[in-house]
Amino acid sequence: MPKDNASHDFRPTATWPRLQLRSEMLARVRGFFAQRAFLEVETPLLSADVVVDRYLDPLSVTLPDDPRRPDCGKTLWLQTSPEFGMKRLLAAGGEAIYQITRSFRAGERGPLHNSEFTIVEWYRRGDDMRQGMQTLSDLAEALLQLGPAETVSYADAFRQHAGLDPHRATSEQLRAAAERLGLSVADTFVQADRDNWLNLLLAEVVEPHLGQSRPTILYDYPAGQAALARTHGDPPVAARFELYVRGIELANGYHELLDPSELRGRNEHANRQRKADGKPPLPAESRLLAAMEQGLPDCTGVALGFDRVVMLAAGATSIAEVMAFPLERA
Amino acid sequence: MATYNTSDFKRGLKVQIDGDPYLMIECNFVKPGKGNALYKCKLRNLLRGTVLDRTLKGGDSLESADVTEISSQFLYRQQDTFVFMDKANYEQYELTKEQVDDAWKYLKEGMDCQMMLYNNNPISVSPPNHVVLQIEYCEPAVRGNTATNLTKPCKLESGAEILCPAFVEIGDFIKVDTRTGEYLERAKG
Repeated sequence: MPKDNASHDFRPTATWPRLQLRSEMLARVRGFFAQRAFLEVETPLLSADVVVDRYLDPLSVTLPDDPRRPDCGKTLWLQTSPEFGMKRLLAAGGEAIYQITRSFRAGERGPLHNSEFTIVEWYRRGDDMRQGMQTLSDLAEALLQLGPAETVSYADAFRQHAGLDPHRATSEQLRAAAERLGLSVADTFVQADRDNWLNLLLAEVVEPHLGQSRPTILYDYPAGQAALARTHGDPPVAARFELYVRGIELANGYHELLDPSELRGRNEHANRQRKADGKPPLPAESRLLAAMEQGLPDCTGVALGFDRVVMLAAGATSIAEVMAFPLERA
Repeated sequence: MATYNTSDFKRGLKVQIDGDPYLMIECNFVKPGKGNALYKCKLRNLLRGTVLDRTLKGGDSLESADVTEISSQFLYRQQDTFVFMDKANYEQYELTKEQVDDAWKYLKEGMDCQMMLYNNNPISVSPPNHVVLQIEYCEPAVRGNTATNLTKPCKLESGAEILCPAFVEIGDFIKVDTRTGEYLERAKG
């Protein structure tokens, strides 16, 4: 009878009833989109392009020219989300498309993170942010049966739980608020920028309140966190939204940025920040930019973390409990 | 001195903060939205025993603390000085009562203990989870009462006083859980 851990780690970390629930929920996702006439698509996991983000670190794969020298050749990227491929399909005539796929992010490991995870992502031509939030609320209701989501602006959530205006507060005011709220941070936060402080306050004092009595969609993010969403208003906010259930972030959506020169600017900015953080730059040019030059239709897109949704439906507290083999056992 | 990057963080890491050694007792990875990763850590000060909450950004680092654990043997006590020996090299260490903390209650000559050294100086000892000690004094046993819910204070050979069931007698050997200070059962000497 083997006693050590190593001999047991071929086993799944999820129980069979949970793997069965996972399978049923995948079928429910497909039923939901079929009913709304979304087309299921597949786009490459390995691509020459990848999202350029200060805090998303993609895994790279070398495609060897010569199998005897496996580390020499073209670099491809495991996608951090299927965003680029799906937007290229929209630019080429797609109307309403969805995909269930694996995504990869280096360094992300914890009860709610696994470097390889499952995303449900969808786009619909002509949707604005309100319509995008409605479809997200409907899907969450279909999967979790917790009723329709309430919508709360990022600014209102911060006013209520952190007592400040997140779009106007200075770094110094955000730091003072963190101190007033009793948050103990490392000395290195001295160099933190506004968005670092906002993320700290979001994680520590805002998120725990979100989605407690029913699902919450937080919308209109700070312009500095727009990623691939368009911005509007004064002070500018990003048409970005996120779904929370019981304090856990489940989905991220954008009323998509259409302007290629704006995206070039953001890529450049993100690469400068990556460089300052000591991280390699990511390819600034992409086939997504080429598609945007031709014209990306007005659309809203959403990515849902499927593992976390199954985790909540199962009453589990870590996604490993609803995955066959998390990274340590992969 | 080596440093630990946030990607090395895990429970059990010994790090140096503001000149004191800390043990990482919890580390939670949090990543809000598409923002920077946060590592929410709980750390125990190995000198004072206090617990510190500290949140670090992804990419931050902490200095490692020169903390090692050795197997030692308790030799003897002289007033408030406790003398231990490193079982590997026979080197002797003297600890104060403060450093020994609650462990003094369970120490018996010749007992094996884990000792923690910080910069090669002892900072704490922990006795085994279960130890067997003899009762030096207690009130006479209540005849016929074998219920364990009736207790009385008993003075042990180590000098500590703990609550035991009413049926135990002077000279009995008992097994004690050193983590809770509770009586477990009667034992053979």
